[in-house]
Amino acid sequence: MTRAAGLPTTGEEVIDLLHEVKDPEVPVIDVVELGIVRSAEVDGERVLVKVTPTYSGCPATQVIEREIRGALERRGFKDITVKMVYNPPWTTDWIGPEAREKLRAYGIAPPGPTAGGTELVSLGRPTRTVACPYCGSSNTTTESQFGSTACKSIHFCRACQQPFEHFKAI
Amino acid sequence: MSTPLFEYLLRLGDDRLILGHRNAEWCGHGPILEEDIAVANVALDQTGEAQLLLNLAGQIEGQGRDADQLAYWRDETQFRNLQMLELPRGDFGFTMVRQFLFSAHAHFVLEHLASCPHDDLAGIAAKALKENRYHLRHSSEWVVRLGDGTDESHRRIQAALDELWPWTVELFYEDAVDAALKAEQIAPDQAAIKPKWEAMVTEVLTRATVQPPKGPMRMVGGRKGRHTEHLGHLLAEMQIVARSHPGASW
Repeated sequence: MTRAAGLPTTGEEVIDLLHEVKDPEVPVIDVVELGIVRSAEVDGERVLVKVTPTYSGCPATQVIEREIRGALERRGFKDITVKMVYNPPWTTDWIGPEAREKLRAYGIAPPGPTAGGTELVSLGRPTRTVACPYCGSSNTTTESQFGSTACKSIHFCRACQQPFEHFKAI
Repeated sequence: MSTPLFEYLLRLGDDRLILGHRNAEWCGHGPILEEDIAVANVALDQTGEAQLLLNLAGQIEGQGRDADQLAYWRDETQFRNLQMLELPRGDFGFTMVRQFLFSAHAHFVLEHLASCPHDDLAGIAAKALKENRYHLRHSSEWVVRLGDGTDESHRRIQAALDELWPWTVELFYEDAVDAALKAEQIAPDQAAIKPKWEAMVTEVLTRATVQPPKGPMRMVGGRKGRHTEHLGHLLAEMQIVARSHPGASW
């Protein structure tokens, strides 16, 4: 193994570095907080980062891959591989408490736990309510399960009369 | 040489590519803004799943073809999707009934694949399973709301079901490809899925106050490359840009 001057030498340091890459569609959290950076390995000027997509068709995936590569290039790595991995699949359970609070402060209701899930088909039973990120009220309605991006749904708060988005638990 | 796994991945990938294309046709034409966005989101999931499955198919094949080459450079008889999925999108009710019938089946297939011994396929299926839950829920909500709605919406959901139902026989089609992959614990047993699909579908259709027709079922053939007259037109539109500018990138 060669040691290049000043470069991170461990996977942990590389992952720390990647906090500068923000989610292009939700720029208030970064790719590490989002949970999509799965691992990093360093060997001198060579680095391998494994990333998993959020949704299969997420159009931000390619942008994220490019930005991770850019961040590593700027840091001085010469031989960069960003590899997409699919197993285990991404889950919003990998978003930590701090990042959830950032989402809420940004006006996006954070995802609830995925465990316990919802019924598969519509049989008229009530669904889990989402608390309004602005006023905290649970007196909200679901306007649509699909929002401006695949990862968000649209809701309306009856208490403060504010429409808002919710990062879907998946 | 075509292996059973390559064929099987084409079937899974083409189903999502073709249905995703039909759903994407709603973009800009949805009945309300939220549904325009919702159907486009479903189409995006399906196209993304198709991309992952077709890329994996290309890797398995080992001839250097990727998802784009498989999507844009195969002809009609080389597509392996279910015939039901290539039918024109119809009205909004038709689109929702089709999505529901397909997603209900896909749920049980993906559930099996998510724990199959092929690691990459299992990962792709586990992700698609989560996405499909949203498609299933969304489409079933509309089938119930419209079926058990006004006289006009009820009439349209029943008409869509009358048209689509005979095609559903193909969901359970199996041949040597499935047999080979069942032996490797990869593909699910369609005979075991059928009663679960019927129970789920019956529950929703009953609530929607509509009934499947009693008539004969359609002939099958999509898995072998035999298609309706509609697929060629769909492919012409889907493939024209790639074929007019071979090798173009942006």
